[in-house]
Amino acid sequence: MPTLPEAPAGQKAPESMKASPAQARTVEAGLPAEAEEVAFDIKNFSLWYGQRQALQDVTIRIPAKKVTAIIGPSGCGKSTFLRALNRMHELTPGTRLEGSLRHFGEDLYGPGVEAVAIRRRVGMVFQKSNPFPTMSIAENVLVGLRLNGVRDKRVLQSRLEESLHMAALWDEVKDVLNRPGTSLSGGQQQRLCIARSLAVQPETLLMDEPCSALDPLATAKIEELIQTLRERYTVVIVTHNMQQAARCSDRTAFFYLGRLIEFGNTRNIFTSPSNPQTEAYVSGRFG
Amino acid sequence: MTESPYLPTPQFARWRKAKSSAVTGILVACALAVIAPLFLVIYFLLEKGFSSLDWNFFTQLPKPTGEVGGGMANAIVGSVVLLAMATVFGVPFGIFGGIYLAEYGSDRANNWIRFAADVLNGVPSIVWGMVVYLLLVVPFKGFSAYAGGVALGLMMVPLVMRTTEEVLILVPQSYREAALALGVARWKMIVVIVVRTALKGIATGVIIALARIAGETAPLLFTALGNTFWSHNLKEPISALPLQIFAYGLSPYDDWHRQAWAGALVLMALIIVLNVTVRVLSRDRSKTD
Repeated sequence: MPTLPEAPAGQKAPESMKASPAQARTVEAGLPAEAEEVAFDIKNFSLWYGQRQALQDVTIRIPAKKVTAIIGPSGCGKSTFLRALNRMHELTPGTRLEGSLRHFGEDLYGPGVEAVAIRRRVGMVFQKSNPFPTMSIAENVLVGLRLNGVRDKRVLQSRLEESLHMAALWDEVKDVLNRPGTSLSGGQQQRLCIARSLAVQPETLLMDEPCSALDPLATAKIEELIQTLRERYTVVIVTHNMQQAARCSDRTAFFYLGRLIEFGNTRNIFTSPSNPQTEAYVSGRFG
Repeated sequence: MTESPYLPTPQFARWRKAKSSAVTGILVACALAVIAPLFLVIYFLLEKGFSSLDWNFFTQLPKPTGEVGGGMANAIVGSVVLLAMATVFGVPFGIFGGIYLAEYGSDRANNWIRFAADVLNGVPSIVWGMVVYLLLVVPFKGFSAYAGGVALGLMMVPLVMRTTEEVLILVPQSYREAALALGVARWKMIVVIVVRTALKGIATGVIIALARIAGETAPLLFTALGNTFWSHNLKEPISALPLQIFAYGLSPYDDWHRQAWAGALVLMALIIVLNVTVRVLSRDRSKTD
């Protein structure tokens, strides 16, 4: 681990950081003054895997219909944070959490709230494309709807076209809809997975390093697609690639060692970060 | 040019080559010893049984004691019926048990279940026959096809369960996550995504289990009993190839001995066919992955 400016690792830093007036001001300044719709309102959120604390006291308001990028070095908790947004982390046994996490006002962890219902509204695209190998392209797109009880052929057909159009894949696959999903190229498979997520009409789409296994051309296509998605969806994207965060997000959150270090307009984070750790990371001095 | 210090002397090279071919020879001999019994079995069955395989063998009932001719039609059909019943009784338990192990069970529960399944796999087949005799034959006052099917089905359960568990675990976690992220209920995810992805592997496990029980004689002795006529009712005793082979093999008649060999040949052919099917299925599976 390289030496960091004011490395917070050992020093119980959250108090001092919250108390830091300089940082608080910059974060406020980074956000537009007018009231905007909030997709995720997260307060004092902490998460443990067994004894190990993966997230510490994260407070953040992720805006609706914007692209929010989450950056940070490996192991900083950014994927854990993303997975907590639709309760996918519950697949890992032994997790425990504190704090509040609201999605459009509704408590994601409230009593009686079912993870299944949340995931219909908060979809997820994974690092490695994972179309179902037993299904055709069309079946892959429609599987979420079919399994949730949609039988109407007209609805299915229109949702199929709409989702593939949204994922910028329609023109490439419209004549081969019955081929196996796994017959597509890597980039196409990832867009197929995006179409599959969009078909169930979520409000928010979480993306966990969706381009890290793709070549630059396929990456460019997905980034372009993310730009169009923001018109209808809230997008939260975890990325290792800082250029990607700079290119395609409106807001950027920098996580380090399980803490949210800085959150603000992407341009501010990359040009004039207020926290020296953020500056060190975005300028490539560690991570 | 001077002699390279790395070149061995000719005597040393010859000695090394001799050692190498000796060890290779031993290994080839061992490998042959492994496959030779299979060819011996096939050879003897063909030599002794093939001449007795005729149309009558597949279409006729056994002749009464002392008469020459007749066939094993009822035993062949009986075996198929018993295998079908064993599949119906045993496979659902095996598959659901395997799903439980792979998807639901806690480590602790799984350890116990796996241990029990492994012990069951080792239970001698005649013991299964005796258990089912007590459970079904004594209370219902009679040998029956049902009892035979249950005995064979019970033998299939642990086999199918363990292979199902193994192939379900091989399904990548990413498919489960992808399905759950679509807001699909867990049981639907398991049935439509996980089980469907592993279906060929499960089918392979079922066929392996069938091949394993197809030749079982002992569990049928106390349950299906055998029958020299057609069985028209599953509550009655039913014939099966292994039972018929057993009965004919112990008889003093040359004609019956010949038929026993023919029956063994048919049984062996069935088992080879099942194994070839497994091969074909697993080859397809590795292709799509």
